[in-house]
Amino acid sequence: MTVSDKPESTLEVRDGRAYWHHNLILIGTLLPIWFAVSFGCGILLVDWLNQFRLGGYKLGFWFAQQGAIYVFVLLIFIYTWRMAVLDRKFGLDEED
Amino acid sequence: MDLRTLTYLVVGASFLLYVGIAIWSRAGSTRDFYVAGGGVHPVANGMATAADWMSAASFISMAGMIAFMGYGGSVFLMGWTGGFVILALLLAPYLRKYGKFTVPEFIGDRYYSRLARAVAVFCLVICSVTYVIGQMKGIGVAFSRFLEVDYATGLLTGMGIVFFYAVLGGMKGITYTQIAQYCVLITAFTIPAIFISLQLTGNPVPQLGLGSTLAGEDTWLLDKLDAIVVDLGFAEYTTHERLSTLNMFAFTLTLMLGTAGLPHVIIRFFTVPHVRDARSSAGWALLFIAVLYTTAPAVAAMARLNLMQTLEPQPGQHLVYEERPEWFRTWEATGLLGVDDRDGDGRIEYHADPEVNELVTLDRDIIVLANPEIARLPNWVIALVAAGGLAAALSTAAGLLLAIASAISHDLLKGMLMPRITERQELAASRTAMALAVLGAGYLGLHPPGFAAGTVALAFGLAAASLFPALMMGIFSARVTREGAIAGMLAGIGVTLFYVFQHKGLLFIPGTEFLGSLPANWFFGIEPNAFGVIGAALNFAVALSVSRVTAPPPASVQVLVDSIRVPVGAGGAQQH
Repeated sequence: MTVSDKPESTLEVRDGRAYWHHNLILIGTLLPIWFAVSFGCGILLVDWLNQFRLGGYKLGFWFAQQGAIYVFVLLIFIYTWRMAVLDRKFGLDEED
Repeated sequence: MDLRTLTYLVVGASFLLYVGIAIWSRAGSTRDFYVAGGGVHPVANGMATAADWMSAASFISMAGMIAFMGYGGSVFLMGWTGGFVILALLLAPYLRKYGKFTVPEFIGDRYYSRLARAVAVFCLVICSVTYVIGQMKGIGVAFSRFLEVDYATGLLTGMGIVFFYAVLGGMKGITYTQIAQYCVLITAFTIPAIFISLQLTGNPVPQLGLGSTLAGEDTWLLDKLDAIVVDLGFAEYTTHERLSTLNMFAFTLTLMLGTAGLPHVIIRFFTVPHVRDARSSAGWALLFIAVLYTTAPAVAAMARLNLMQTLEPQPGQHLVYEERPEWFRTWEATGLLGVDDRDGDGRIEYHADPEVNELVTLDRDIIVLANPEIARLPNWVIALVAAGGLAAALSTAAGLLLAIASAISHDLLKGMLMPRITERQELAASRTAMALAVLGAGYLGLHPPGFAAGTVALAFGLAAASLFPALMMGIFSARVTREGAIAGMLAGIGVTLFYVFQHKGLLFIPGTEFLGSLPANWFFGIEPNAFGVIGAALNFAVALSVSRVTAPPPASVQVLVDSIRVPVGAGGAQQH
């Protein structure tokens, strides 16, 4: 996961590197959430969370069998949306 | 109309639809055949990916496994959905930008090596064949059950149909057929779930019903289920974990990385017009998958509750054998449900203690299929479930066969052995490869060398340990070298195969396991199906260390990596 810093200096390449850097920050924000809802709430903290309830669900059980999946779907659409914004900002959005 | 006639009609009609679509969308070029001409709308592609992804294991087996594993079954729910996040963020958009046909092609170019490409073909064929054999078996069982013929005839019928539309249509045919198959399988899965949720809780949404109180009582459904199972000596439904926390962690991560690394899913993202469509398409795919995956836990818990209450309507009041319901008799005839009245009182006592238990056989795979009958739903719902199970198995088998065929004809033949063949010859070669793959998988499905339920999970472990790390490092680092990638892939797939074979037998043949399948011999208590993540970690470690001591990749690799990281421009590797 390295951003190579080879000395190439065309504008296009520099722009590409800045774009990639923003992309990595976004991935670095979303993947911890992905980890937290599944491995965190669904597995590592499940016993502690199970003392709380969401209707008839124990909360940890709910994360493992429902909640994590809903968050996964949201995460992908958030990524799609943020990247579309980034594409436009860098003028990298594709023509139809 | 009786159930059998109705099943023939519903299954027959759905097949006519699939074959009709395959003929209508016949592939004309290699580009049509491999990637459907690159012109599939992201929502349509998402739906096709969902059908491709959800196999007989998701449709028929998963809810049944959860019904008996309880909380421990969450590994399948989180593992088989969470992988799409990895796929959408770390792989799909960049591979789409790269813009060629197959996964080994990317590995060969990025690692500037035909050997790397060949190793990728080898890993791909091993993962896909492992997976497709499981599907063939599922197809055989489902056909023989619903057409009431023997297993071999069922399998041959299924092979014929898979062969027909996959070979004729290629990716273009498969895409549109899979959209139809998604509609069939999701309807078939949710309708019984809605009925049953309504019966038990009065709430038509199964996801909410599972968290509701039972109709006419103020007890939560899950509390009631916990109380009943604990009473009979089973582990508590909502807290019983799968072996250990570490094992659950490893199993979930293995299924996630495997999902992201399985080639038949990745190539689906080559079929959309733009990079941004590859991102959104993964989102749509997961949304369509989530409809089934959030319904499945409700189906599981409700089926378990219905089953327990059928067997013991009042505490201490066990079901009288002679008064057993019709579905019980039907499934008894298949041998998947069996009773042994030890104390001779004419009643069936179901208990966790094997000394007391009289329900001696209860196959988990019958839960989804028997569910509508247990809940006394009309016959057309049962016929629909049959069509849904077949749709799930057929769509996945077709996707896998395409991945195998393209790896062999495009990567092995055109890319390495016979670079001069024409497009027409390549197309013919991939159809032949597909035909051979159908025959091979059918043969192994007909004479399974002890292939068991573990095969599907194993396919994920192998993909996680071999292809996923090579692809991810290829995109996220320009420093990983040819030698590193090859050594990493071989180490990853090697150690995973070794671990599985030593515990489950060489090629799964019972008796050849040399460490025994004893949990005591497991590495930190990790079961063989969950071992892929260890293979993946080894793959990363080997690839990164070897890359440190070998000559850095040529400058062209830096250009390639820079180019796939941005959606347009810079290198333009989009067309051939």
